Amino acid sequence: MSAVLDHPGAHAHDEAHDHPHGWRRWVFATNHKDIGTLYLLFSFAMLMVGGILALLIRAELFKPGLQLVNPELFNQFTTMHGLIMVFGAIMPAFVGFANWMVPLQIGASDMAFARMNNFSFWLLIPAAVMLVASFFMPGGAPAAGWTLYAPLTLQMGPSMDAGIFAMHIMGASSIMGSINIIVTILNMRAPGMTLMKMPMFCWTWLITAYLLIAVMPVLAGAITMTLTDRHFGTSFFSPAGGGDPVMYQHIFWFFGHPEVYIMILPAFGIISHIVPAFARKRLFGYTSMVYATASIAILSFIVWAHHMFTTGMPVTGQLFFMYATMLIAVPTGVKIFNWIATMWRGSMTFETPMLFAVGFIFVFTMGGFTGLILSVAPVDIQLQDTYYVVAHFHYVLVAGSLYALFAGFYYWSPKWTGVMYNEWRGKFHFWGSLIAFNVTFFPMHFLGLAGMPRRYADYPMQFADFNMVASIGAFAFGLMQVYFFLFIVVPVMRGKGERAVQRPWEGAQGLEWEVPSPAPFHTFENPPKLNAAANRVLG
Amino acid sequence: MSTMKSINTLWSAGRRQVARIGLGAAAMLTTTLALAVNDLPGGPAVRQLDLHPAVTRIAAEQRGLHYLMLAICGVIFLGVFGVMFYSILKHRKSKGAKPANFHESTTVEVIWTIVPFVIVIGMALPATKVVVAMKDTTNSDITIKATGYQWKWGYDYIKGDGEGVSFVSTLDTTQRVMSDLGKPEGDNYLLKVDNPLVVPVDRKIRIITTANDVIHAWMVPAFGVKQDAIPGFVRDTWFRAEKTGDYYGQCAELCGKEHAYMPIHVKVLSQPDYAKWVEARKKEMAAKADDPNKVWDQVALIARGEKVYSANCAACHQANGKGGGPVKPLDASPVVVDADKGKQIHVVLNGQNNGAMPPWRQLSDTDIAAVITYTKNHWSNQTGQTVQPAEVLAARK
Repeated sequence: MSAVLDHPGAHAHDEAHDHPHGWRRWVFATNHKDIGTLYLLFSFAMLMVGGILALLIRAELFKPGLQLVNPELFNQFTTMHGLIMVFGAIMPAFVGFANWMVPLQIGASDMAFARMNNFSFWLLIPAAVMLVASFFMPGGAPAAGWTLYAPLTLQMGPSMDAGIFAMHIMGASSIMGSINIIVTILNMRAPGMTLMKMPMFCWTWLITAYLLIAVMPVLAGAITMTLTDRHFGTSFFSPAGGGDPVMYQHIFWFFGHPEVYIMILPAFGIISHIVPAFARKRLFGYTSMVYATASIAILSFIVWAHHMFTTGMPVTGQLFFMYATMLIAVPTGVKIFNWIATMWRGSMTFETPMLFAVGFIFVFTMGGFTGLILSVAPVDIQLQDTYYVVAHFHYVLVAGSLYALFAGFYYWSPKWTGVMYNEWRGKFHFWGSLIAFNVTFFPMHFLGLAGMPRRYADYPMQFADFNMVASIGAFAFGLMQVYFFLFIVVPVMRGKGERAVQRPWEGAQGLEWEVPSPAPFHTFENPPKLNAAANRVLG
Repeated sequence: MSTMKSINTLWSAGRRQVARIGLGAAAMLTTTLALAVNDLPGGPAVRQLDLHPAVTRIAAEQRGLHYLMLAICGVIFLGVFGVMFYSILKHRKSKGAKPANFHESTTVEVIWTIVPFVIVIGMALPATKVVVAMKDTTNSDITIKATGYQWKWGYDYIKGDGEGVSFVSTLDTTQRVMSDLGKPEGDNYLLKVDNPLVVPVDRKIRIITTANDVIHAWMVPAFGVKQDAIPGFVRDTWFRAEKTGDYYGQCAELCGKEHAYMPIHVKVLSQPDYAKWVEARKKEMAAKADDPNKVWDQVALIARGEKVYSANCAACHQANGKGGGPVKPLDASPVVVDADKGKQIHVVLNGQNNGAMPPWRQLSDTDIAAVITYTKNHWSNQTGQTVQPAEVLAARK
């Protein structure tokens, strides 16, 4: 039986902590580890659904001309790919990591609100079902782009309402998850673990959780206004009644820009654990890492309109948002420099987690550079809404967030499952993904520079070759992730592989490595006594 | 129904696609060769790697800024990753590297905060100048209003030479057919329109954008111009083309299902040629102008209505009048067959369902009368009713 799914005897002595078995263990789950597992499995399932949509898009774009789908269905694919990946795959995956790792890293017995934790996970299921089922509603799924710009959303069929409700529910789930994480981190740290001794992953999640609480209601407001414009005769965004479509964009991106940091800050946290572990050297500039994370979070609130340079802002508006956006490069740069300084004169080995971490730093930084190029308003005028933007955000979301999630999986799965993944397979997954990723997305920079607009079901024939290359890369990338699930995730979940020791990585630091592998069902039931650095349990 | 149908087509087509991919790289190469295509001057080039060759000063400045950014980022890239890969090669456990103990240095951290800050200022200064120049739409020679419709562009020359000229620019219909058949052809595939926008060289052209239904974006890469066209609002941008020729762009803001099929073609003429074009265009318009009080016979109206229908209505309601998905059928529609002609006139003029059926006020009275007469006497709708332009004119008030 599975190591994740089975915890023989570890708690048998403890009647008060008995828990249900079988399906009831998962439906009524209150244990942070079980809920973390549920979140991770859910997000992987959504990654596959979103991935299939991406491959349908790439299959259609393999050649110019319409071969597989009509443009209407194509727009549904792009829209649903975006929504599912952002709200179904990336965000819940990080919440899954937080559930598993935050209590272990701060020496707490569980999350602060165990039942709310259960609720915030199970809310995701109806939301995801409603979102995916919208394909089968009259008129098909929402097709207004994941940004759901008005007034196009006002023309959509009933599935738009299903999409809006799904996002309301996911938003509620995110807010509950965030409250749980904040309360856990602020109140349940083991004695001696002051905030400035706290692991970076907890720091980045603490900041992320505040961002979520600040912006998810803003999104809820924007889509609720869309809903009332659609059905209750209001005209927030409908120009026919004096509404302002650009107002929607302002509100959406006031949510949307912090949202992109919500999807990357926890990734920074994961990388900040893995690089020191495999360089066998302490993280360089811990304090500046914390401050850099906080600065990025604060700046993320004042840059939103750089998504809107082509809407026709006044000169001063363009200049302000251009300057503010460029400023973000400074704290982000600090983080990259800190990671490299951590590697410098370390004693490095390159197991799969480290490969993904180095791959993250390398490829994410390329996405950072294209972000900097896009921040220059006159250049953005050329590149806005072209494939250059598509390339940019996949460099930061796939090579950024997703790679960090993979890195985190390889790093912590021995603790979760009690067995080591197969190192050769992990390395194959890394190199295959890295190559396929770049084959897919690098040519998109050229397409964007040449002016190919995004969300196009068909394109002029001059763009054919790079599109074909991108499509081939995309299928290879998709296959690598199926390989990852079947040949790496499934075996470790079933407990197949070399037994993992308590601290499988020589240089790994932190309280999660102070408990056995696999982590018992209940950990740190009594607050541990910590050493001065708060990374070891005494006695 | 249509969803199920499209999913079915999708499924069978998906199997074909999988089989096709299975054929491997050699087959792919032959497919590419089969698509013989050349660079389109003023439009995209085959495997183009860079921004379009600049035809305006702003586009040249954008290109310059892009090179500057690439150079700065390239240098930082080499520096940062040079250090990282050196470290990766040298500081390995397998090479006997022992970990050092340092983990902070205020000096280094202050330096690598301040240096990027200075570099960012170095980027911002030249960019600021271009932003200011780009946004200066004053003192234009000619002002043209570009209106985005689902899915075509309307152009109205509202000031300067050519004032009063007005036309609609639509994708050449053969292109849309080629797209559906999956058999694209031609260097200007999806970029060919019936009526290009015509402007004189070396004149400051101010483009005012707005839209009729949803947001569109008017983009011409060679001019360095991209401006959203927002319903209910006007925005502006400008360009001064320095070379005559044909320049192409496409709609750059998702605007519904035919988003990929509303290109922009700008023809830049020498000033004498432009003057001739304006004159010819004005004569043509005077000849075409219909007297809304003329009384037409039904056959002529239906013949004209068929053209109006295929140019404006068939994209959603389909040639067979059955609509699809949220688009209502016209065939056997209660509004169309109603004895009260006013109902259909009202819907066509004012739209319905939050603009899902957009208002068509921009069409002439005669066109609207023709298309309504056509729908009332086509498919199974044999009402025998005729709508005269004067009735439409009366309903507009």
